[in-house]
Amino acid sequence: MTELQAGQEARPLEVPRIDARPQRYRDVLIALAAFAALALLPMIFGSKSLLDFVIRCSAYGLFATSLNLLVGYTGLISFGHGMFFGLGAYGFGLMMQKTGVPIPVAFVATLVITMVVAGVIGAICVRLKEIYFAFVTLAFQMLIHSTILSWQSLTGGDQGLRGGIPRPPFLGIDLSNHLHLYIMSCALLVIGLLLMRQIAQSPFGYTLRMIRDNATRASFIGIDVWRAKLTIFVLAALFASAGGMIMALFVSGAYPEFAYWTISGEGIFINMLGGVTTFLGPMVGTVLLLILNDTVTRLTEYHGIVLGIVILFFAIGLRKGLMDFVVEWIAQRREKAGG
Amino acid sequence: MLEIRGLSKSFGGVKATDNVSLDFVDGSLTAVIGPNGAGKSTFFNLITGALKPDAGQILLNGVDMAGKMPPEIVRHGIGRAFQVASIFPSLTVEETMLATVCADQRRAGVMHRRFPLAETRDRAEHAMELLGLANKRNRTAATLSHGDQKLLDIALALVLDPKVLLLDEPTAGMGTEERWRMIDKVRELWERQKITVVFIEHDMDIVFKIAPEIVVLCYGRILATGTPDAIRRNEAVIEAYLGSEHHAGAVA
Repeated sequence: MTELQAGQEARPLEVPRIDARPQRYRDVLIALAAFAALALLPMIFGSKSLLDFVIRCSAYGLFATSLNLLVGYTGLISFGHGMFFGLGAYGFGLMMQKTGVPIPVAFVATLVITMVVAGVIGAICVRLKEIYFAFVTLAFQMLIHSTILSWQSLTGGDQGLRGGIPRPPFLGIDLSNHLHLYIMSCALLVIGLLLMRQIAQSPFGYTLRMIRDNATRASFIGIDVWRAKLTIFVLAALFASAGGMIMALFVSGAYPEFAYWTISGEGIFINMLGGVTTFLGPMVGTVLLLILNDTVTRLTEYHGIVLGIVILFFAIGLRKGLMDFVVEWIAQRREKAGG
Repeated sequence: MLEIRGLSKSFGGVKATDNVSLDFVDGSLTAVIGPNGAGKSTFFNLITGALKPDAGQILLNGVDMAGKMPPEIVRHGIGRAFQVASIFPSLTVEETMLATVCADQRRAGVMHRRFPLAETRDRAEHAMELLGLANKRNRTAATLSHGDQKLLDIALALVLDPKVLLLDEPTAGMGTEERWRMIDKVRELWERQKITVVFIEHDMDIVFKIAPEIVVLCYGRILATGTPDAIRRNEAVIEAYLGSEHHAGAVA
């Protein structure tokens, strides 16, 4: 060891090494800048629909990015991730309607409920191999959706949670005020993204990448694959649940569609659009899908066909998401410039 | 000391490992040879926990590993490399090493800090130096040459500081020249690290040249054990496996 260390000191560092420290500060700075920009938006543009758009982006963005923690980072293709979006919306809505606790309490309590449910479902699912995992998560999604539909006395069945969700002010924040709701959504989005970024760039994040690449090998270097998969399954569910809560606050209600499999499908679409190899891919995908949704539905009633073609273009044409494409393109240009 | 006692494993009616008992002394270098289907890989899979034995004990310094799961067996100090390099294609060499040390330090679940952890650097660096991969640290594993991928696979096992290192055909799929380079590397590692190394090898020239101890498996059973000379002269081995080209007379 000593001879080696001596050798290291003498040798000039011809190859750059990974350094962890500056990354974290950089991410926090980017997050603060993004939040500041979003917070200034209402002062520049008075348009309410733009703010609505950003709120929806926050809800779906948290959901889609959390799905990427499973799909892109761990290689767990979940077709049922939307159940936690629905669970968040319903859990939060019901708690506000039935108990009248302050919003932060309902928020945390809903996360706890999500954690327990995701823990149970995850414990069953993460043992399964690819396709079985995908379909069993889908099955649980349908189970939750059916429960919501049939438990009319609690959930209002196919009518959803009606009568509005009470939004009592707390700590000077009044979420029935559109601007307050907007700022709160942006804050949740930025904090959520920052937390997920931290997970992705932590040693645990690299454990997930190893499991994605080669789970067998991971277990032969001493990683408890099942435990790691379950952990990320539950964590991702929490962020999806937070997205659902933003949605419930935004529409002041919760509807069975929030827990339907199409939400999971949209999550997968978003990830395909934006790309799963970059952290912000799903966020870009979210913005793309929502813009597409809004514009196409305005233009034609056959928006499903148009969306389908766009997805096909990315899936078959580019064979990657937009952000994957951009990152590769930049890398290629840099190479050319360098060489 | 790794002691195998009455290890058995059947698939259907086929006895892939049949009542195998062997001792691997600390710091020994042993080659496991045998014709295709002799149960060499099964033997490794049993020791490392990839397969559960039907019967028998695997005692590492007196602790029985039989029936334990791979992560636990690895933590007890039995590392392995695979016949087909088993690596993490999208990670760079350096990331692979750093993350593996992380796992070994039981920090694979750490979320509040950024990767890589400072305390994993020295060991990762050491392993990369040992295997000659330090100047390829920023290459993703998928872009490495076949030989380097095999080295990375071995580095993955070695960085965990195993007491016993099992190498399943370290020279599989290599050309003659590359084979010798690889096997010199294996021998060098064995000498420097002073660990117990057991490797499977098909090339008899290599086996007889570098392995002080040889185990011959055939139909899941031990046909013979001993030094290269003893194995060369063993009638049963010659008949079952070696044929005339490695016959004592011919070689000597």
